[in-house]
Amino acid sequence: MRYLPLSDTDRREMLAAVGAKSIDDLFVDVPEAARLSGTIEGLPDHASEMAVERHMRALAQKNMVAGDVPFFLGAGAYRHHIPASVDHIIQRGEFLTSYTPYQPEIAQGTLQALFEFQTQVARLYGCEVANASMYDGSTACWEAIAMARRITRRTKTILSGGLHPHYVSTARTMARFTGDVLEAALPDLSADTDFDRIVGAIDGETSAVVVQYPDILGRIDDLSELAARCHEQGALLIAVVTEPVALGAIRSPGEMGADIVVGEGQSIGVGLNFGGPYVGLFATREKYVRQMPGRLAGETVDAQGKRGFVLTLSTREQHIRREKATSNICTNAGLCALAFSVHMTLLGEKGLRQLAAVNHARAVAAAEALTQVPGVSLVNRTFFNEFTLTLPKEARPVVRALAEAGVLGGVSLGRLYPGVAGLENGLVVAVTETVTDEDIGAFAKALAGVLA
Amino acid sequence: MTINQSGWRPELGEASNDDGGATYTGNKALMLEEPLLFEIGDTRTTGVDFDAPAAGSSRLGGLDRNREIGLAGLTEPQAVRHYTRLSRQNYAIDLGLFPLGSCTMKHNPRLNEKVARMPGFADVHPLQPVDTIQGALAVINELAVWLIELTGMHGVAMTPKAGAHGELCGILCIKAALDARGEDRKVILVPESAHGTNPATAAFAGFSIENIPANGDGRVDLDALKARLGPDVAGVMITNPNTCGLFERDMKAISDAVHAAGGYVYCDGANFNAIVGRVRPGDLGIDAMHINLHKTFSTPHGGGGPGAGPVVLSEALAPYGPLPFTARRKDGHIDLIEEENAGDEHPDSFGRMAAFNGQMGMFTRALAYILSHGADGLRQVAEDAVLNANYVLRRLEGVLDAPFGHSGPCMHEALFSDRGFADGLSTLDLAKGLIDEGFHPMTMYFPLVVHGAMLIEPTETESKAALDQFIGAVRSVAERAKAGDASLKAAPVFAPRRRLDETLAARKPVLVYKEPTQAQPAE
Repeated sequence: MRYLPLSDTDRREMLAAVGAKSIDDLFVDVPEAARLSGTIEGLPDHASEMAVERHMRALAQKNMVAGDVPFFLGAGAYRHHIPASVDHIIQRGEFLTSYTPYQPEIAQGTLQALFEFQTQVARLYGCEVANASMYDGSTACWEAIAMARRITRRTKTILSGGLHPHYVSTARTMARFTGDVLEAALPDLSADTDFDRIVGAIDGETSAVVVQYPDILGRIDDLSELAARCHEQGALLIAVVTEPVALGAIRSPGEMGADIVVGEGQSIGVGLNFGGPYVGLFATREKYVRQMPGRLAGETVDAQGKRGFVLTLSTREQHIRREKATSNICTNAGLCALAFSVHMTLLGEKGLRQLAAVNHARAVAAAEALTQVPGVSLVNRTFFNEFTLTLPKEARPVVRALAEAGVLGGVSLGRLYPGVAGLENGLVVAVTETVTDEDIGAFAKALAGVLA
Repeated sequence: MTINQSGWRPELGEASNDDGGATYTGNKALMLEEPLLFEIGDTRTTGVDFDAPAAGSSRLGGLDRNREIGLAGLTEPQAVRHYTRLSRQNYAIDLGLFPLGSCTMKHNPRLNEKVARMPGFADVHPLQPVDTIQGALAVINELAVWLIELTGMHGVAMTPKAGAHGELCGILCIKAALDARGEDRKVILVPESAHGTNPATAAFAGFSIENIPANGDGRVDLDALKARLGPDVAGVMITNPNTCGLFERDMKAISDAVHAAGGYVYCDGANFNAIVGRVRPGDLGIDAMHINLHKTFSTPHGGGGPGAGPVVLSEALAPYGPLPFTARRKDGHIDLIEEENAGDEHPDSFGRMAAFNGQMGMFTRALAYILSHGADGLRQVAEDAVLNANYVLRRLEGVLDAPFGHSGPCMHEALFSDRGFADGLSTLDLAKGLIDEGFHPMTMYFPLVVHGAMLIEPTETESKAALDQFIGAVRSVAERAKAGDASLKAAPVFAPRRRLDETLAARKPVLVYKEPTQAQPAE
């Protein structure tokens, strides 16, 4: 077996050294009934590198690759161009095969990179502090709700209808078991967000309000008024950002008064990967830092006074505080956070703003072209790189027909909200810098054909 | 002159150790100091090119950015150098042995990286129509079959994103099963030697936690456990092999007792590497167990994630598992069972734990790893991992106290204590001394049942020569600790940094970079 260095001679020598006659002597504590005598039936034996590669390639070839077709899917996962050097850096063995940086003297690379990442995320979100990342946006969203509960000591949270339905489901699952009360709503196919409704619902029992920015339909709305109303009632405003590139063009939730800003970082550096692994971003006000879940890198000095970095404030965490921890999370998304950080470093302020401008321009062009198709109309008044169309018929079969015609033409609201009347004709379309004029033309033509 | 908060000047180097004085740059040949991104980059520099967008209307609703974000940029050569220099401050499996207990750090085969990057896996969107993702669903399905067969369980939840997320999944299954029975049991029993995630998870799901004591040989005290069982106990969370590196001989009896009292058995699968292919948790009466794909199945740790924590489930708990999951039909077509169709096939699911379909990038790597080893190779993995750990245990027990050395063979990891160290020297000092010897330290001060615990898990991917060198290094440092060699207090002296002040970091947290305020020029 190519990954196992011990030879049979080594094994014999080592068994002798530990005083065992055979390897079975080392498994004596396993009850007889639970010991497997041979290999498990029905499972194949080892295979060469070439054979495994061939098998996996055959499976990979059964998927339609986003980069091979005109591609317009978003809804929480976005296809952006990633500079080649990003993957080169994260495949360096010192990053790829290192452990959680609990031994800071020999983990300064990871720790400094995390400190830089935290700074990038905090600034992007307009917040004072950020953690070293969470599993993904949806789990970060639940953690934010739980954190708000710890701060306000209230259990009622209002979710905007514009929040990604998977994020809502994730929160519902947890709330079912924790006793938190979630007031969730469905989105309307309207140009307006449901902020007015939410403002009317905030009361002295409300722990937090959760809104998405831009929201699931792509709409953008000012958060300032909502933040002020929350604060009047002693509630927190949680903003969720599933498309971080948007923040290169529009104001950050933090500067509009959001108390906790969380989201998905996948757009920057990570890639689609069929939904995971992604990277959850989490930022908040400095005064709440001890209620924040997850890892944190912090600056300090070494015994000679040189600057260095360590994991800090770990008394919030499970390995120290056990059942009293702020969360059970025991990891971050280290390598994805690094990918995010490297890509963000290559972009810089200038590049991120350019990237955002290109995304917005492409989306505006696509919206104009697609609304030329007979029967198709645009729901949004505002959007960044994602918008919602109303089709003259149910969108789900249209998406399937488009795929057969070689176009991945968005995410139907029927897929996201199965069985919800009034949404079935909605189609969410994302347009990034990777989309060409030819792609837009092909999409418009295919859509007209399917709808004809 | 700009000075940051710690008084460090980018242009002033200092010696990292006292073996030859300072250099002009602060570098020492290949030991290169690297400033922060924000000290070398600026907001006008970029490493990417874009064509200017065609002029068009803005649909941003007047919310355009109107102030600087503060994101420093670098050109590509600067960025590659910045991160390459940072990387060289890290220890990694590619450099040497990683003897971390409870966190199987084995070699990460590069084939797995190649496979994960195939466009058919890496460049696929989770919400594509199901007909266009049959290969991705096949990977999930194939891996699920392996995990079920290797564990002898009934079903598997593939979506949890990490070990602790898997624990949460298992505990929620237990809670859902109790709900279905109309019972409200509030207590989860956890051994003293449990990973911190176990009590944290149970508490996060709304349970209260009670500890189960260990007996003198480092295993769960079966009588104490039985005495505590009752109608208020939802279940136990147990780690087997446990964090003392021992197999819980009474596992089946524990399961039977818990089941008889109406509870469920959760097993922390962090240590599955010791028994994969040799023992099936399903044969021990376990109801739920997470499997850390980043441990047993070698997806890279990446400096702290991402991992993946699929959860295998017994027949009693499988109906409650989370959405979505895959279902292979007779004609070979694979369906994705999610909210809309769960009602027909999986009505009791407790719901979704995260967006989308789980850690696909980890599934491809783990499946490539599993297919490479096959059933025979995985069995060999467990045997070599256990042999390596016992070799370390027996070769070191003469110099380090092994509190459970008398309890029979260890499994995949060996536990030692600081008994016999000279006054003033501790486990921490030995660990930092090992850094100077070129090794990452072992797990320190865990499990809590042993004073000054040192937990060593060599894994199966270490050669005998590598183990012998490591054993020699531990012996050497342990002798210094026992002899009262005060120079150990200063270790490490050869690492990129000397000991770091963690107290200062926690007392005055500096968690993001802030531009230094310009000092007033002296008149």
